[in-house]
Amino acid sequence: MTLGVIVEFIINTLSLGSLYALISLGLVFVFGIMQLVNFAYGEYIMVSAYVLYGLGVFTDLPWPLVFLAAVLTGAIIGFVSEVVAFRPFRGRSLDALLVTSFALSVILQDTVQLSISPRSKAPPFPDFFNQNVTLFGIVTPLRSYLMIGTTVLLLVGLSLLMRGTVLGIAMRGASENFTTARLMGVPANLVISTAFVISGLLAGIVAIFWTARSGAVEPLMGSAPLLVGFIAVVIGGMHSLVGAVVGGFAYAAVANVLSLTLPTSLLSFRDAFMFVIVIMFLVLRPEGLIRGSYAEERVG
Amino acid sequence: MSILTWLKKYSTIPILCCLLLAGAGFVWWFNDTLLEDIFTISCVTLTMVMGFQMFMGNSGILSWSYVGFVGIGAFTSAICSMSPQVKRMQIPVMYDVLAQISMPFWLALLVGALVAALIAAIVAWPLMRLSDAVGIITQFALLIVIYVILLQWQQVTNGPRTFTLGGVKSTTLWIAALVATAAIVVAYLFKESSLGLRLRASRDDRFAASASGINVVAVRYFSYIASAAVGGLAGGLWSHYMLSITAKSFYLIEVFTILTMLVIGGTMSVSGAFFGWLGVTVARQGLRQGELALTQQGFDAYGITEIVLGILMILFLVWRPTGVSKGRELTFDTIADLATRITSRSTRSNDKKGKPWSRSKQPKPSTPSPPTSPQPPVSSKASSST
Repeated sequence: MTLGVIVEFIINTLSLGSLYALISLGLVFVFGIMQLVNFAYGEYIMVSAYVLYGLGVFTDLPWPLVFLAAVLTGAIIGFVSEVVAFRPFRGRSLDALLVTSFALSVILQDTVQLSISPRSKAPPFPDFFNQNVTLFGIVTPLRSYLMIGTTVLLLVGLSLLMRGTVLGIAMRGASENFTTARLMGVPANLVISTAFVISGLLAGIVAIFWTARSGAVEPLMGSAPLLVGFIAVVIGGMHSLVGAVVGGFAYAAVANVLSLTLPTSLLSFRDAFMFVIVIMFLVLRPEGLIRGSYAEERVG
Repeated sequence: MSILTWLKKYSTIPILCCLLLAGAGFVWWFNDTLLEDIFTISCVTLTMVMGFQMFMGNSGILSWSYVGFVGIGAFTSAICSMSPQVKRMQIPVMYDVLAQISMPFWLALLVGALVAALIAAIVAWPLMRLSDAVGIITQFALLIVIYVILLQWQQVTNGPRTFTLGGVKSTTLWIAALVATAAIVVAYLFKESSLGLRLRASRDDRFAASASGINVVAVRYFSYIASAAVGGLAGGLWSHYMLSITAKSFYLIEVFTILTMLVIGGTMSVSGAFFGWLGVTVARQGLRQGELALTQQGFDAYGITEIVLGILMILFLVWRPTGVSKGRELTFDTIADLATRITSRSTRSNDKKGKPWSRSKQPKPSTPSPPTSPQPPVSSKASSST
């Protein structure tokens, strides 16, 4: 293995990992507070990506506005789905919430399929996104570095929000123990809505970079990032935001290692291997790499 | 007398089975190919829903992976029943051992169910320890593992390409209806069995159940295997009806289909699963016809069915989280009760107290009847209240 391969591996892992970290952060924000595994999260990404496509193709808006619109759409759809679909289930069983999120995901998929097209479309991206740059002798598209940069900025911003502001402290309290947080005067609606808005914002940002990588949008595109998010969240730890980020990078590293080491005949089984890892994590170390404050109850 | 007591205690079984078989008889008499097709595949779905109810309804764990076991059963029985020559032609890369197998249809069905149960038995033990969000994600992960393996294992399932069985449809109207009937019986007896009772106890409060000496993990484990076996059976019926299958059929879309049935009908009772199946199947057929009509008018309407059913499911979860059945079973008593209510139109508001799961076994306070009475108390109730 030459130095070039190693450097390439590191850069790939970092750029992919930062994307995955954002995905799993979006999931964990909601999970931490509501204990809800949000199956509709992939569809937030999908809808944002379609905004990217719609505004990019059919209007002359400059790209920063298009990106902004996509991100805002993610936030709006997160907020609306919370108010419309999840709020009636406040305090009810987890299963009802989960089934609702699954139903919501199917509804959103089919709505887009029905109203736009089941076929995949290519949204336009500004040229510099796909420009290749050479760094340390490795040729990578510029968007990889943009992704790393965006993630770093977002992580700094989010940790400032979570540590420095009253809202952030309330949210951290709520994710540790929701009942106690409410007893201390934390408004439940505000905290939960904020969690969904942040989750949606992250989904919007993920949509930009995910679509830039794959080059196409389609109604079923949400499932791939959702699965990535699940794996990353479980590996990293479902009850901590740091865990989500760590899990994202860990997943990227494992996936890259598997891609490099698995023989081609087994390469198509990579997802199966990833999910076997997930199951083993859940059985053997359910708290993930980073232990959150809340340990899952289990029997046996 | 004892058969009558038995009948009274388990009156749900004859009611549901008679309904289903009467439906099958009608379809057979009506002799319309389209109707027969729809009814046959619906019976396969019913078998699937019954197996799903056995584990999910009684344990409270949303078992995503169930559909994966349906897929395993489908592929296994297909591989078993196909003749070696056809297999060689269809899938040249198939392992020799598998390609040489050849057995009659009914045996292939059983082998499919057994293999599904066996795989469940191998993987399930550690998974059954997990509950709540972790348990759900694990189940989901298992579904994906099974899906990816079915989708990619070219030597067994023909990979992502369609697996074609060839030959004639072995799953006929009556076979499907009889297996579905058997599935109803199995699901109900399972629910009432000692294992089912312990499983329901673990659903209602797993710590209390555990404290009462129930080995929750073991109870879940054996129930999961039983459920997977019924799923495998349904899969075998499916593949011998469709005659061409791909792993993509046994994935989230199918989970959504049977989940809507179970949630709308009510997960906690067999009757709920049955009527959920009935309602959703009828609604689905109606909506599909609507879609077709719209599409013929030049408006591409594919997907409306899923949207409507998804919204319906959410509405049910909001307003009636225990489904149409509210966890009760349809028995002679409840029918009598219903008849009374309709005839007298009296408002009976006080029988809604109590927890849903305690209702299924308790007779209504207003319909006391000696357990050995061979006569369902319909007439006396109706006359006394009018």
